[in-house]
Formats: sequence, C-alpha cells, structure tokens
Amino acid sequence: MRGARFNAWFGRGWLSAGYLFLYLPIVALVVYSFNDSPIPNVWRGFTLKWFARLPADTEMVNGLWLSLKIAFLTACGAVVLGTMAAFALVKYRRFRGRTLFSGMVNAPLVMPEVVVGLSLLLMLVQMQRALGYPERGLFTIWLGHLLLGMAYATVVIQSRLQDLNPQLEEAAMDLGARPSQVFWLVTLPMIAQSMVSAWLLTFTISLDDVVLSAFLSGPGATTMPLVIFSRARLGLNPSVNAVATITVALVSVGVIATSYLIARAERRRAQEAAAAARA
Amino acid sequence: MTKALRRLFSGRGAVVGLPYAFLLLFFLLPFFIVFKISVSEMEAVTFKDVLTLKEGVLQLTVKFGNYVFITQDALYFKTYLASLKYAAATTLLCLAIGYPFAYFMARARATVQPALLMLVMLPFWTSFLLRVYAWRGLLAEDGWVAEALIAIGADQAMAALGLIAAPGKLLHSPFSLVLGMTYTYLPFMVLPLYGNLAKMDLRLLEAAADLGATPWVAFWKVTVPLSKAGIIAGSMLVFIPCVGEFVIPELLGGPETLMIGRVIWDEFFSNNDWPMASTVAVVMILLIIVPLAVFNKYQAEAQEARR
Repeated sequence: MRGARFNAWFGRGWLSAGYLFLYLPIVALVVYSFNDSPIPNVWRGFTLKWFARLPADTEMVNGLWLSLKIAFLTACGAVVLGTMAAFALVKYRRFRGRTLFSGMVNAPLVMPEVVVGLSLLLMLVQMQRALGYPERGLFTIWLGHLLLGMAYATVVIQSRLQDLNPQLEEAAMDLGARPSQVFWLVTLPMIAQSMVSAWLLTFTISLDDVVLSAFLSGPGATTMPLVIFSRARLGLNPSVNAVATITVALVSVGVIATSYLIARAERRRAQEAAAAARA
Repeated sequence: MTKALRRLFSGRGAVVGLPYAFLLLFFLLPFFIVFKISVSEMEAVTFKDVLTLKEGVLQLTVKFGNYVFITQDALYFKTYLASLKYAAATTLLCLAIGYPFAYFMARARATVQPALLMLVMLPFWTSFLLRVYAWRGLLAEDGWVAEALIAIGADQAMAALGLIAAPGKLLHSPFSLVLGMTYTYLPFMVLPLYGNLAKMDLRLLEAAADLGATPWVAFWKVTVPLSKAGIIAGSMLVFIPCVGEFVIPELLGGPETLMIGRVIWDEFFSNNDWPMASTVAVVMILLIIVPLAVFNKYQAEAQEARR
C-alpha cells in the first residue's frame, strides 16, 4: 500500500504546485500595489498612495467608464444571442446549414483575435464607405465583443440546456401550455442560473479585451485595457498594480456573493422538491 | 411569401435566424472581405477595389503579388514557423502540466471537487492582461520567480539551452514567452480534460486490474485512450489562439520571438498596408484551418454525445 500513499501525496503536491503557479502572479500584483517605491520590484514599505492617485488619473477613469458601458451592453447582447443559439443547437436537431452554424458559433472561441479584429474592422470600414455608418467607437467595439461573448455564452447555456430533463417541458405541453409559455414559464427559470454565469463571464471578457478593442476603437474611444496595455508595454507601473488589486477585490466579492446566492437557491429548491415528494 | 414571412416571425425562425444572420454578417462575411482586400492593389492612401467600372465595362483587377512576396521573403516564413513552434511548445507544456492536474482533480474526493474546479476558473474572472503583466514583475530583476530560478541555477541551464539570452536575463526571451502563454492557456487545457476524466467509469480500471494490469499499464491503456477527446479539445483550445497571440509576445517576448500576430498588427497600424495585413492574415487562417476543423468536429461530437 506504499504505492497508493505515494500516489496520494504526489497528487496533492502536483495540485498545490499547479495552484501556486496559477495564483502567484495575482498575489504578486496585489502585494506590490501597496509598495511605497516607484520601482515596483523593490519593497520599501506600505503605502496607499497609488490608490489615492487613481481618481485623478482621468485617462484611466474615462477608460474604465467606457469599458464598463461596453461590457454591460456586450453581456446583455451576448446572453440574448447566446441563449437563442444554444436553443437552436439543442432543441432543433435539424435545420438548413446547421453544421455551418455550429462551426461559426464555436470558431470565435479559438480564432486568434488579431484575425477577427482585422477582418471585422475591414468590413466595417467598407460598410462605412458605402453607407456612411458606423463610425468607429463604442458601437464597433461592442460588435466585436459581442461576437466573442456570444460564443462563450452559447457554450455555457448550451451545456445547461442539454442537462435539462425534457420531460418537464413535455409535461407542460401536455397540460396545454403553448410553446412560448413553455419557454417563459418552464425552460427559462431552469436555465436562468447559467444565463447569469454567461452574463458575468462575457462581462469580464469584454472588460478585459485588448486586441479587438484596439482594432475597432476610434479616436477618443480608449478602453481601460488599452490604457493598461500601453502603460504595461513601457514597463512596470504602480498604477497598473493598483487597478489590479481593485479588480481582484471586486471579483472575489462578486464570486463569493454569487456562489453563496446560488448555493442558497439550490438548497431552497432541494427543500421544495423534498416537501413536494412528501406531500 | 407570406408563408416565409410567417416562418420568420414564428419563434423557431427567429431563434435560429437572428444569431445565424449575426454570425454570417459579422463573422463569415468579414473573412471574404479580408480575402478580397488581400488581392487588391494599394493606391496612394487606400486600396483599389477589385471590381471597378471603367467606361461602362466591369473590370476585375486581382493581384497576387502580396502572396508571392510572402513566399519569397524569408522573414515572413521564419515568423510563421516561429509562431507554430511557440504554439506547439506551449501546447505540449500545457498538456504535460495540465493532464496530471486534471487527473488528480478528477480523482480527488467528490466533496472537494467543486472547490478545486472553482479555483481553476477563478483566474478567468481576473483580467488576463493584468496577470500577464504580473509575470513581467515576477521575471524582472529582483522579481520573486527570477530570484528563485537564479538561486537554484536554472538560469545557467536555460542560457546554455538558448532559452534565454544570458544567465540572469529571464525576461523578453523564448522562455518568458512560452511561460506566459502556458500560464494563460493552462485552464483551457485543464477544463476539458477534467470534464472528460471526471465522468470516466472507474469500473474499467478495476476490470483492468482484475485482468492483471498494473496501475501504470491501466493508466496508459485505459485512462489515456478514453480521454482522447479531452486531449484533442484542450490542445486545440491552446494551440490555435497561441499561433495568433499578440498581447503575450508583446509584453513578455523579445526581439528574437517575433510572432505573426505582431506582423499583422504592424502591417496594419504602423505601415498602413491593409492589403499586406490581409494577406498575412489569410495565410495564418490557412495554417490554422485544419486544427480549427478538428476542433469543430470534436466540439460537435462532444455536444451530440451528451444527449
């Protein structure tokens, strides 16, 4: 049994090393955001001055506002389109061009963003020449992010839709519900949780994107990642660390709160099911 | 006509039609336009249309000069090769780290598995750009990782292998580039592998043991072949985007790690040569089209199999 013991320890060691690898950069970012030294790698005592300076950093603040607006619009649009696409792929087994459709839904997940950004921009420029619309800016960045976000939203919602018990929808139809009623009253509440996850995921993807935004942005439309990227390119910058710490704090709070709410909802549903089974 | 209209406004027509139209217009059509521009001639400030009306006659001007130029210029060839090389190295590293990782996750106690999974997904939610930037700090002079690697003498070995330019200079090298890409894409390898390994029927391993296989043999002959779909899905999720990666080479790469994403970027933003940028992009699409088809096939199969 020495082999099994060794395996258990080896497994634990491998997992710990892996998580250390994943989290070390995040820890380093946070630690050095409190560093009282203009050279971020040399520790010289604790300070909050980098945070205090952020509100006056108009470039960063304006970028943040634009990014939040785009991320909000992207997440909403991506969840609507993603739900439709997931529904089409799961519920409608056969329609013309289904293979092309599923290919186009999945491709943006892996397609290098440089190619997606360049091609979308070149098309929009042609469109602008022909129709005088759209100007490069918030709208064009949103289109690019929507494309990427829709792919992620579809994958998330699709996997939930596939796990649903079709008998529930059939039962609703047997009881006389119209297809739209089945969708709004039965299917939607059951996939709502995955739609929330998809919304949050696409929101963060949009908030983080550099390449698509760089291609699709116009004059005056500089998103926060573009500001961060241009500073990071030049070298280490304490303002970037401060932004990172705020992001990490917000994400941690958000994720903990969401998982708590989801766990509570699950528990309540389990209790209701148990009560219904007893009755 | 009315029938078609009614179908369009019925639930089903709209559910399929709206996302379909969106993807055709904003994903597929742009690729045709990129191809069209790649064969257009460059004029003073802008490119010429492929189809022009001259004295009432429609003229088609197609120029394959850019493609000829790419095949003849050694720089482009070297850059494409380097992109494929770094993407392949990253994929292999992700597999070497990620497979055992996903395996031990899937064999951990059922009660801790959701937490382990959550911990792999969490970095997704914090900015990827900021995490790549963090490696600049960790690998720079006096950085934590740099100090540790120098303390154990790993930098000497890497310099001898040509992974870094000189001992102590870890940043802006093939080493830091591949490390950054491996770091960023590791979750994309772990997640499909975990999904695959977690639902494996463990009785198969018992059967193998009953038939006299050692755990090691059972692992290679049962577990690994059964996780083939996960290996392929994970590898494609890492390899394809890495070929065209731009941000990581820009922040962690160096002068000798020029990748093709940067070339497209420079042709477009610095040289303003849209036809050339398009040509480079078209050739890149051709390079990744086979992996892309493999990925789509396995993705579709996995989705069908779940029913």
